[in-house]
Amino acid sequence: MSEFSNKDQLRRRYRKIKSNVMVGVTVAATVIALTPLFLVLGYLLAKGASSLNWAFFTKMPAPVGKTGGGMANAIVGTFELIGLASIVGVPIGVGAGVYLAENRDRSMPQVIRFAADVMMGVPSIVIGIFAYTVIVRPMGGFSALSGAIALAFIMIPLVTRTAEEMILLVPHELREAALALGVPRWRTTMSVIVRAAATGISTGVILAVARVAGETAPLLFTAFGNRFWSVALREPIETLTVQVYTYAISPFADWQRQAWAGALVLTMIVLTLELGVRWTTRQKSHATR
Amino acid sequence: MSDKLVVNNLNAYFDKTRAVRDVNVGFSANRVTAIIGPSGCGKSTLVRCLNRMHEVVPGARAEGRVMLDGMNIYDPAVDPVDVRRRIGMVFQKPTPFPTMSVAENVAAGLTLNGASLSNAERDRIVEKSLRDAALWEEVKDHLHRPGTSLSGGQQQRLCVARALAVEPEVLLLDEPCSALDPISTARIEELLLELKDSYTIVIVTHNMQQAARTADFTAFMYTGDLIEFGETKQIFTNPSKRETEDYITGRFG
Amino acid sequence: MAELADTVGNQTTIGVRERRSHRLRRAPAADRIFNSTTAFLAFSVVAILTALISVLLVEAWPAIRQFGFHFLISTDWDPANDQYGALPFIYGTIVSSSLALLLAVPLSLGVGLCLSEMTPDWLSRQLGFLVELLAAIPSVVYGLWAIFVLGPWLRDHVEPFLSTYLGFLPFFKGPRIAIGMLNAGVVLAIMVLPYIAAVMTDVFRTVPRTNREAALALGATKWEMVRMAVLPFGTSGLIGAVILGLGRALGETIAVAMVIGNRPEISASLFMPSTTLASVIANEFVEATSTLNVAALIELGLVLLVLAFLMNVMARGLVAGATRRFKEAK
Repeated sequence: MSEFSNKDQLRRRYRKIKSNVMVGVTVAATVIALTPLFLVLGYLLAKGASSLNWAFFTKMPAPVGKTGGGMANAIVGTFELIGLASIVGVPIGVGAGVYLAENRDRSMPQVIRFAADVMMGVPSIVIGIFAYTVIVRPMGGFSALSGAIALAFIMIPLVTRTAEEMILLVPHELREAALALGVPRWRTTMSVIVRAAATGISTGVILAVARVAGETAPLLFTAFGNRFWSVALREPIETLTVQVYTYAISPFADWQRQAWAGALVLTMIVLTLELGVRWTTRQKSHATR
Repeated sequence: MSDKLVVNNLNAYFDKTRAVRDVNVGFSANRVTAIIGPSGCGKSTLVRCLNRMHEVVPGARAEGRVMLDGMNIYDPAVDPVDVRRRIGMVFQKPTPFPTMSVAENVAAGLTLNGASLSNAERDRIVEKSLRDAALWEEVKDHLHRPGTSLSGGQQQRLCVARALAVEPEVLLLDEPCSALDPISTARIEELLLELKDSYTIVIVTHNMQQAARTADFTAFMYTGDLIEFGETKQIFTNPSKRETEDYITGRFG
Repeated sequence: MAELADTVGNQTTIGVRERRSHRLRRAPAADRIFNSTTAFLAFSVVAILTALISVLLVEAWPAIRQFGFHFLISTDWDPANDQYGALPFIYGTIVSSSLALLLAVPLSLGVGLCLSEMTPDWLSRQLGFLVELLAAIPSVVYGLWAIFVLGPWLRDHVEPFLSTYLGFLPFFKGPRIAIGMLNAGVVLAIMVLPYIAAVMTDVFRTVPRTNREAALALGATKWEMVRMAVLPFGTSGLIGAVILGLGRALGETIAVAMVIGNRPEISASLFMPSTTLASVIANEFVEATSTLNVAALIELGLVLLVLAFLMNVMARGLVAGATRRFKEAK
């Protein structure tokens, strides 16, 4: 009898240990997975922070081979492109999202939804090729406009998906209440439903902006890059992502140093957008509880 | 005492299912008419046909005539939006617009219809509607708080004020008190008695006592048919149909 | 009379009831205009996609016509002589993605289980947020870090270890340099992991409570409960997550282009520099000289597009099926 229970006890302990080990394994996996996050951020700060000075933010790149200079044109270029991309991409995305949310049962919307999903999966370099062929070649050269439109192509399916989801979350009673007041259908959609979904849609838009701010591939043969100050739509324009890329693969130590600084600035912009958005949504959800 | 709203041979469908079967009834002007019946009898559907809200649901349609002051609201030339401005509705669940303040909610029916009002005009209408809905005293210092910050009973009265601001001629209420506590319910019932002087009121209720308290006329519906219609007193004390009597006495429902 | 009804919205509402005499009015054009506008915007999404596919086909056509199917199996990439073969790039893409998945999938599985089963809600939310941040870091930043930090570390610590103990395998032969397939695979794994982990966490979270409670009630330890009640139900979702990760890995361009070395040759060793479909386009497109060169590069883009598309479609089906099954069961 006691022999029996001894074996039982041993087995139980073995199972317990095994369970704890496996728990430990999953925890270890999480730690390993998160390590690069801290390593990347850490190195960015370590290697880039020291180069962030007033000159960096206000000067143009120095001539090739010379040290010094800054990334003012790249920083402005990034903001210009994501601004333009938003101007084009957000209305189209929100409009398409509204259409999809309002017409759930028909067959055409399924096609559109599928197309939006497919577009989300298109590699960004392929978008770059497309933008090059339909905009850069006819225009005769690289331009900020083509870069902005390439980024817009990436933004549109993201915004469409978010807009549709957020609008569908609005309770249908709200629509009924508005219609019962004698508000026309289109006005109900715009001023009541979309307005109620506005916060969620804005969140999605900002996340999409953060995403395209970090894109490099589609800009390589559209916006291309420009060592001089240029904000003109029809001229090539420099952006943080392309600049960091160019400097990182270059053989010049000074450029490499600046690449770290540029990467730090870029990451800060993107993380601020992401964190800002998540922080405000968390505030909201706590407030309503 | 003429009929403000007359229903002729109304049939209402959800796809293939017929929810309202060949109903004929008249609603007297400046009176309260209650529609009672067990769940699923079609009373909500009937009332939603009165302001053309029924057809908003995909697959739903209505056939027949509903005459407002002699004009058929289902006439193809008529704009449902227009109908809804003259026949207002308050729903079961209070739905203040979440992004608007109390004042903005009340005025919503006007501002969303493109009316350009001066601030003074708007404030006057907001105050009048809130007074009519017996809510003014409670919210007059909080007009700019969000509509959703009010209690359940207050929110429902806000929805009544909002419906009244558009100055409809008929007010439809679809189980307006079922989500409210007894005190708020009593307030709303008092309100209906005050409002009937200026409006024609139709109220759907599953609460027979409520119908007995507030309504001048009562209609009893069962599985889509209008079984009986008459003065409330007569329906409750001396119903002429067997089904009505069974329902009143609680044998089913 | 009709005008009065039309303009009622634009006038003050004193006595609005008195002025309403006529209700007969057509349904306003505004509704139709609104619907047409949103429909147009929605349709433009389809239009853009169709244009994209057509343009790629048209532009790649000279190369398709010239090389035909041979393009996909030839290793001859020689712009100087206008000879093009896609195999090195297809090989590089597949190997780098597979390596990335090999590293990322087990880790993601661990992360998914940890976040959904092993940690209290508040902690798993924070950790999940951190995992999401991994996805937010721009690709070029990863590339930069991989060139100057990951590469040297691999070269000085990992590759010696691998070639000493596993050097008999063809994967670990050859000179140890900071640039190459190994670097690309690792950085790709880091970039793809957050996506796979997020899906896995979701899939595990949708397993109904009752399954878990039933296992625990039988006296199972935590790990046994997970193995019995959670893992089996997550399998199709898992596969979907893996394929989704594969799809993302295929499309990842810049970080890979920065560290893979861009050498259009096939070799078994992971230490050697290599190339992928996306990275060769990034590197050579601007300098492409002849029309055939451009067409060949675009054809590579087409191949990439088709691969990514297939992965996405498969993944979506599997993940949707897995989570839907549980939401219905709940």
